[in-house]
Amino acid sequence: MLAILAQAEKTFFLPPGRSTVAASHDGLYQFVLWMSVIWLILIAGVMIYFVIKYRRKSPHDKPVGPTHSTAIELGWTLPPLILVMIIFVWGFRGFMDMNQAPNGATRNQVIVAASKWNWSFTYAGGQNDGTLHVPVNTPISLVLTSSDVIHSFYVPDFRVKKDVVPGRYNKTWFQATEVGEYNLFCAEYCGQQHSTMVTKVVVQSQEDYDAYIRKLDEIIMTMPPVELGKRAYKVYGCKQCHSLDGIAGTGPSWKDVFGKTQTFADGSSRKVDENYVRDSILNPGKDLVAGYDNVMPTFQGQIKEQEITGVIELLKSISANYDGPILDKAPAAPGDEAGADAGDTSGGGNDETGETQLQE
Amino acid sequence: MSVIQDQVKVSGYGGQQGPGETNYINHSKGIMSWLLTLDHKRIGLMYMIAVLTAFLGGGLCAIALRTMLYMRSAPDVAPITTGTQDVYNQLFTLHGAILVFMFIIPAVPAILGNMILPLMLGAKDVAFPRLNLLSWYCYMAGATFFLFVLLSGGLDTGWTFYTPYSTSTSTSVAAATMGAFILGFSSILTGLNFIATIHMLRPAGMGWFRMPLFLWALYATSIIQVLATPVLAITLMLLAAERILHVGIFDPALGGDPVLFQHFFWFYSHPAVYIMILPGMGIISELMATFCRRQVFGYSFIAFSSIAIALLGFLVWGHHMYTSGQSAMTNAIFSLITFSVAIPSAIKIFNWLATMYKGSISLATPMLYALAFIWLFTIGGLTGVFLGALSLDIMAHDTYFVVAHFHYVMVGSMLTSFIGGMYYWWPKMFGKMYNETVAKVAWFLIFFGFNLTFFIQFIAGSQGMPRRYADYLPEFAIYHQISTLGSYVLAIGLFLVLYNWIQSLVSGPKAPQNPWGGNTLEWHTSSPPPHENFIEDPHVTEPYEMRAWDYDESIDGYVYDKAKAIELDKQSQH
Amino acid sequence: MSNEQKHTGDTGHGDNHHPPDHPAHLAHHFETPEQQFESGKLGMWVFLATEVLMFGGLFCAYAIYRGNHQDVFLYGYGALDKMWGATNTVVLLASSLTMAWGVRAAQKGQQKLLLTMLFLTFMGGVGFMCIKGVEYKAKWDHNLFPGTMNAFYYEAGQPKYPEKLEHAIEFIDGRNSGGNSGGEVQGGGGHGLLDADVPYDESPAIEHDAQQVGHDGAGHIVSASPVILTASFGAPADMSTIKPPASPADMGVNDAVIDHAGVLTTPSAEHTQVLWRDLSSAEQKKVHLFFGIYFMMTGLHGLHVLIGMILIAWLFWKAKKGAFNKDYFAPVDIGGLYWHLVDLIWIFLFPLLYLIH
Repeated sequence: MLAILAQAEKTFFLPPGRSTVAASHDGLYQFVLWMSVIWLILIAGVMIYFVIKYRRKSPHDKPVGPTHSTAIELGWTLPPLILVMIIFVWGFRGFMDMNQAPNGATRNQVIVAASKWNWSFTYAGGQNDGTLHVPVNTPISLVLTSSDVIHSFYVPDFRVKKDVVPGRYNKTWFQATEVGEYNLFCAEYCGQQHSTMVTKVVVQSQEDYDAYIRKLDEIIMTMPPVELGKRAYKVYGCKQCHSLDGIAGTGPSWKDVFGKTQTFADGSSRKVDENYVRDSILNPGKDLVAGYDNVMPTFQGQIKEQEITGVIELLKSISANYDGPILDKAPAAPGDEAGADAGDTSGGGNDETGETQLQE
Repeated sequence: MSVIQDQVKVSGYGGQQGPGETNYINHSKGIMSWLLTLDHKRIGLMYMIAVLTAFLGGGLCAIALRTMLYMRSAPDVAPITTGTQDVYNQLFTLHGAILVFMFIIPAVPAILGNMILPLMLGAKDVAFPRLNLLSWYCYMAGATFFLFVLLSGGLDTGWTFYTPYSTSTSTSVAAATMGAFILGFSSILTGLNFIATIHMLRPAGMGWFRMPLFLWALYATSIIQVLATPVLAITLMLLAAERILHVGIFDPALGGDPVLFQHFFWFYSHPAVYIMILPGMGIISELMATFCRRQVFGYSFIAFSSIAIALLGFLVWGHHMYTSGQSAMTNAIFSLITFSVAIPSAIKIFNWLATMYKGSISLATPMLYALAFIWLFTIGGLTGVFLGALSLDIMAHDTYFVVAHFHYVMVGSMLTSFIGGMYYWWPKMFGKMYNETVAKVAWFLIFFGFNLTFFIQFIAGSQGMPRRYADYLPEFAIYHQISTLGSYVLAIGLFLVLYNWIQSLVSGPKAPQNPWGGNTLEWHTSSPPPHENFIEDPHVTEPYEMRAWDYDESIDGYVYDKAKAIELDKQSQH
Repeated sequence: MSNEQKHTGDTGHGDNHHPPDHPAHLAHHFETPEQQFESGKLGMWVFLATEVLMFGGLFCAYAIYRGNHQDVFLYGYGALDKMWGATNTVVLLASSLTMAWGVRAAQKGQQKLLLTMLFLTFMGGVGFMCIKGVEYKAKWDHNLFPGTMNAFYYEAGQPKYPEKLEHAIEFIDGRNSGGNSGGEVQGGGGHGLLDADVPYDESPAIEHDAQQVGHDGAGHIVSASPVILTASFGAPADMSTIKPPASPADMGVNDAVIDHAGVLTTPSAEHTQVLWRDLSSAEQKKVHLFFGIYFMMTGLHGLHVLIGMILIAWLFWKAKKGAFNKDYFAPVDIGGLYWHLVDLIWIFLFPLLYLIH
């Protein structure tokens, strides 16, 4: 009976564990859970038994009972003391496993950049995406960094959580044990769209993962610039502040901005051209458009040259102030196949990376 | 309100107070006699009105946000808008900030403590009546700031004000921190007053170990209020300086350290958890003794466990920050000390159970709340064991598991003890009895509704539902639906309690001096007490020696037999 | 504060329940004047405990920042004037003495002496605040305000007020190097280091990351993608800055600068003082924090001095009306306790801010 309950309860309370640390965590969880159930039944049972047994028979009752016993007091202090010490040691050891990445994890290091309200993952080869892809059965080391407020990297299926604190680098690691897609949440309240800061961890076989990384490499080389710009718009979280439809957000909308003359906070002005766009991405505080706060982080080193070009072409393509040519062909795509291939990748990538579909 | 009770005449103190005598409520008239009063009982009443109003406000926020979450569970719901998210974020922030700073922290000390502490102690008033009144005005001023926040763009930082979000959001953080700062002052003044009162105003015969356990609990609470609140004050001042001047101490963009804010904040706010729960535990000790009609078991263990909890409570703040990136050693130390707090809490539970052993247990409404407290606090405490364990906390931190845990402790336990205490002392405070049937129905709704609302959240949290989410993935819908339904039941129960109390004030039967047979000193004076608390100095004996009180059917209350009390006292001295 | 309730003749609840045998100053809920006096004293001690904890928070913040940014504090404190600080310490200590004397006068019922001493104590407070004003004025003259107005304030990795910054550097460097540093050298050193494109900004980031990130496979990562590391970590230039002060990356940079500086200048002071160019670029962006902490600490203390002065003025007024005598001097005693605490806090503030190297 208990065994059946224990089985059912395995997924009733916790989601199935899909990482190497899950077993130890879940073991302790079960232990504390059943210990709690036993204590609760014991305490509530004694309480109800006393209520029935010693219920008041008459308002004239004047009962006398024992009032103190140091032996009993010390006696019942002992079991909880022993129990909590066991739990402490167990929990501490589990924590050290969660905390200390095994040797070799840094070979698969991913830099996790959190910003309001976007996750961005940079792989060891410099590729960048909005979902986290990892090979199965491989320890992955994560370096967490935030460009604005505190976020928290949380994957319930892996039993992993670590705060992403601006101004310092937190680290964590995990080793996924099952191929599949798992939820990745921001667990620390980070403002307006906190609840949409959800994406996926995609655990793949090593071959699929390698293919994925190759495709990320190819995207830059093969995707038409405007498409690449659209992809960057999502991956780097530009969409959180800049709209494409002319409605001002935290930052100016991108519509019709290319070719327009912007007035800056210090009164000067400049026509938006390629160099201005580039400056704005790499050094956003330099020419701040009047009426907006200086809140944008720099993307220096994070964004690649091809992607900057992509963003510029995207801006051109949606601007009425620009009537020149637009690069919409893949730069290194003489063959149709390569182009088509890249298009597929981008499509898939966009769906995964971009929006988090909470309600499908 | 009614003037005086005939039945007082037949009590052991009969004859001191005849018909036509006044009590503290009708002692003087006019609004100014209340607003300028120095009487601790009147100040307690004014606190009651203010704090319960805040409770209503914070509670309505809770209902609203639970309703919003329920609405997100429809299968074909539209994607959430930023406007909806803003409303939700403001609601959970106000819910937390109002209920923590304006309800849970002041509720028991400021209402019941002010009302009962001097009576229980046998004193004429608290040591510093003017400071006491000042603390009420501080409370009102702090509340005004929160009203201002409501009207001026709200607040969306969460009640924890974590930096750097709180330094960058455009909502009224500065006004809210000012409000919390002033409320903190009110809390310090109350604590200071209680410490001085308990030290200096004990009458002859009232030794430390003849003090009722509620007073021990209030004493422990006051220590925390006095020592922890100033740290919150300086933290909030630094936060305000950060907002206004951009000093940069907590803002990484300016070279500061945001995690330092968390250390400062929790150095206050973890002990504050014990400000919330310790007085509640004190009430439960009183209820257990009176409604089992016998001496409490392990008086000194219960008393010292309060002090132990208060002191250990100062050393565990880091357990709120296991995932913040602090060192493994730091985490281990905080985890170890956290577990050590479990022991005094367990001691209390066991002693209460042992007090029931061989007692004469009456299931009057206050006792039902005491029993509910034991159930809820046991669950709250045991789930605290989950969170104390490092590896389990990594998973559960900032999920609904934590939400459920602290609601079990801070709402379930604290609220049931508060309502239980209100019912227990209601006849003393107002001289009126309440409708027992309505009270019991309300109790059931609260107990059932509370468990329905929050137990399911343990499961949601274990499954990975993060807290403070305005929206959620479809797999979490069922938990939110059940939780919201539970919250409606809980709300109905609470409104029924309100109805019960109002009905009692309007048309409740007159209460006897001592309806329950308790022997702590507040039962040695009339209901409601006279302006100066005691006409004749009360007879101080063992606080839980109730055998000198005899039940009298004609008044449905208990009458004091002083001769017997003196005899019993002699026996106990041997 | 806690002594308010016992000064007046009107008793506690302001009604007719005042027992006839009570002296006028004894509140109705106390049995004896001693009990009332002891209560008041206990209340004030408890209140002082809250004050100590409140300042304790600030001292804690001070200790943490000092520990993490040693050089920033060594540099910033050069802006403070030790002479004025010492004078203020003497003024406060003297006022504490007069206060204690006043309490004794009150106990002995020496009305005139009491008034004199209270007056002197009050004047001590006035003197302290005036000197504080002179000091603040000196800071303001060099744009050393708390927060965004500070000359050392950086925005997005750039000095917000380059000209004011030059001026402030000249001011502090001048003081730190014993007052004879050449303007030329300042200009040269300052300019070079002010320039945001100096590589110091980036090199510590990379090395630091290498150290933080890859305790086992660091070489691999760093060599594979230095650009990325710098990029995501160096993003807002400040991000690389919170780290243990003794990290090799930091030290390396500091040494380099000092060597570099050694060529430019001959040491002018006997013992090495921290100059602007000795600070790493990350530390330079944090100098304004020192002033934030300085103003928070001294400002809150100054507020307490003001409250203490109000308290003493009120005591003076009561004493003038003849409220105190041999049997009733509790408010003077309790007010004195508060004044001593204010003094005590300054005794900690002065060495921490002005003296410690």
